[in-house]
Amino acid sequence: MNNERLKNPILEVRSLSVYFSTEEGIIKAVEDVSFEIYPSEILCLVGESGCGKSVTALSILKLIPSPPGEIISGRIIFNGRDITKLSEKEMEKIRGNEISMIFQEPMTSLNPVFTIGDQIIEAIELHQRLKRNEARKKAIEILGKVKIPLPDKRIDDYPHQLSGGMRQRAMIAMALSCEPKLLIADEPTTALDVTIQAQVLSLLKEIQSEMDMAIMLITHDLGIVSEIADRVAVMYGGRLVETGPIDDIFNHTSHPYTKGLLDSIPKIEEKIKRLNAIPGQVPNPMDLPQGCKFHPRCSMAVEECRNIEPQLFKVNGNHFSRCFRWKDCC
Amino acid sequence: MAIISVDALDGKIAVEMSFKHFMNLSMSKNNYLIEVKDLKKYYYKQRLFSSKKEMIRAVDGVSFRIKKGETLGLVGESGCGKTTVGKSILRLIEPTSGQIFFKGINLNALDRDELRRLRPSMQFIFQDPYESLNPRMRIEDIVGEGLEIHKIASGKEKSQRVSEILERVGLQSQDKNRYPHEFSGGQRQRIGIARAISLNPEFIVADEPVSALDVSIQAQILNLLMDLRDELGLTYLFISHDLRIVKHISDRVAVMYQGKIVEMADCEEIFKNPLHPYTQLLLKAIPKINGSRRIDPFVIKLENNQTNDLPWACSFFKRCPISKDRCKQAPSLIDQGNGHLVACHFNY
Repeated sequence: MNNERLKNPILEVRSLSVYFSTEEGIIKAVEDVSFEIYPSEILCLVGESGCGKSVTALSILKLIPSPPGEIISGRIIFNGRDITKLSEKEMEKIRGNEISMIFQEPMTSLNPVFTIGDQIIEAIELHQRLKRNEARKKAIEILGKVKIPLPDKRIDDYPHQLSGGMRQRAMIAMALSCEPKLLIADEPTTALDVTIQAQVLSLLKEIQSEMDMAIMLITHDLGIVSEIADRVAVMYGGRLVETGPIDDIFNHTSHPYTKGLLDSIPKIEEKIKRLNAIPGQVPNPMDLPQGCKFHPRCSMAVEECRNIEPQLFKVNGNHFSRCFRWKDCC
Repeated sequence: MAIISVDALDGKIAVEMSFKHFMNLSMSKNNYLIEVKDLKKYYYKQRLFSSKKEMIRAVDGVSFRIKKGETLGLVGESGCGKTTVGKSILRLIEPTSGQIFFKGINLNALDRDELRRLRPSMQFIFQDPYESLNPRMRIEDIVGEGLEIHKIASGKEKSQRVSEILERVGLQSQDKNRYPHEFSGGQRQRIGIARAISLNPEFIVADEPVSALDVSIQAQILNLLMDLRDELGLTYLFISHDLRIVKHISDRVAVMYQGKIVEMADCEEIFKNPLHPYTQLLLKAIPKINGSRRIDPFVIKLENNQTNDLPWACSFFKRCPISKDRCKQAPSLIDQGNGHLVACHFNY
């Protein structure tokens, strides 16, 4: 990546905090999260359930249901404009056009009573001034691009006529129909079989370089991260705990949580007797501990970690870790 | 619970005695705990207003044996029939045909009563810890239900036993008065495991026991399952779609594709030397965890096509990179030596 690109991110998230107020109290789903995505880069947002990764993604599209959710503070700058200040009307022009999103379960995000063609054409007609038959031509072209066989026939299929992998391709086609600058993919392959997952991932990567688009991929699977990411951001308890280029994250891991995640996956290459599991439970976002959010499960925790929440420390260059003892980690 | 009339009760005890005797006898003749022979389960799909029935071969002639203390990993994609195999073995689903032997006893020949008396020795751990626990029951009742049904313990003794079991799976004794919704996913799966081991089983079918859990919790549950296996001498049929997990826990691995076992071998052997093109494809599809940014441009072939217009062909015919005309005749599962079984024409 050249320096000029490094200067102008396509998306900049600055100290974003998102809270949900419920009857039982305030859930601090996302707290002080900052990151940026550069053009034609793949950023993977990694974390376990409830860590705030999906809420972060939905905030970028201003899709947080409000109430109960609210963006308490922070800026989200897309292409030089602060999204948090845009009206709903202006936001509609961005959604599906400049920023698109694909979801985990394609069956629930496609409308079952319309053909996939209708749904793709709708997106094209809405954002680009094309006639219906031109839009249809374009939809067929995109279906071909996502490698759906016989796209001119499949365009008239209903979602239930397609297999899981094909449905996810149709979803991707819909997301790509307006050639977005940023694609947000929330666990796009979790519902798919391994072999189909590999196909969809290589398709995403191929299209990304072809269309020169940035991708923010949300996942809990470090295997996927290892295959596709340029940069990684690891979240825990609503905070970013480690960010950096993929090589640094995997080879110079500097946060005990990231290290714990890597250690808890059995490897194909080596045989270990016992897995190094992270003890304890994934924290409840309603009831987060004092100090470092990871300290109750951390084997390296010291007194300091229990009382003071660590800053993001610079490990080197673009690699940051939210741990007082990051030097002892790798 | 079934109601037993008073005069039947005397007879029942006598039957139980001879039954236990029979079990011990047959075990000594045969050191396989589980033997499955040509198991088949067909479903029929019928469209509304149509007289045509479509047959789905969910499990189509599966045979394997599991030794005592061994863990057999059963791998395959969704819809390949692996869960149906697991449930059929315990007769939670009635198989269409085939035989299942537990310690030499043919389970298909047993009636309801005989089967129920055998149930404590064979247990099931379910995939989804949110759906497999009754939300209206306290943990003590969930874990202790089996103890009561099989008249092993009740009242204070039951409560005591439940405490011991809960502590054994890493929960606390006072948790028994709580309800399932008070627990996290990992803890619920521990409850499911506690229920499965409460009756001192010998054989457990674990159906994707960790796939609904967070990555950091998966490792905890896998460690627990392996500890229990070593301490209680359990035998597992471990069903999973995740090859990394299967490799970690299994002694032997069977790979299923569309209702058939296509390859079966010792764990180390199958990962070092996969012979079936489908196994090779699966192994290539697992992401390496080293930040290699490798996306293999491997066989991006057709989708998993469920329609079977060539009923006698090899089930992998359509997706196989090396398929030839010969594959229109399905290969059978043949031993290549060292107990490495493969169903493919081209690997020997």
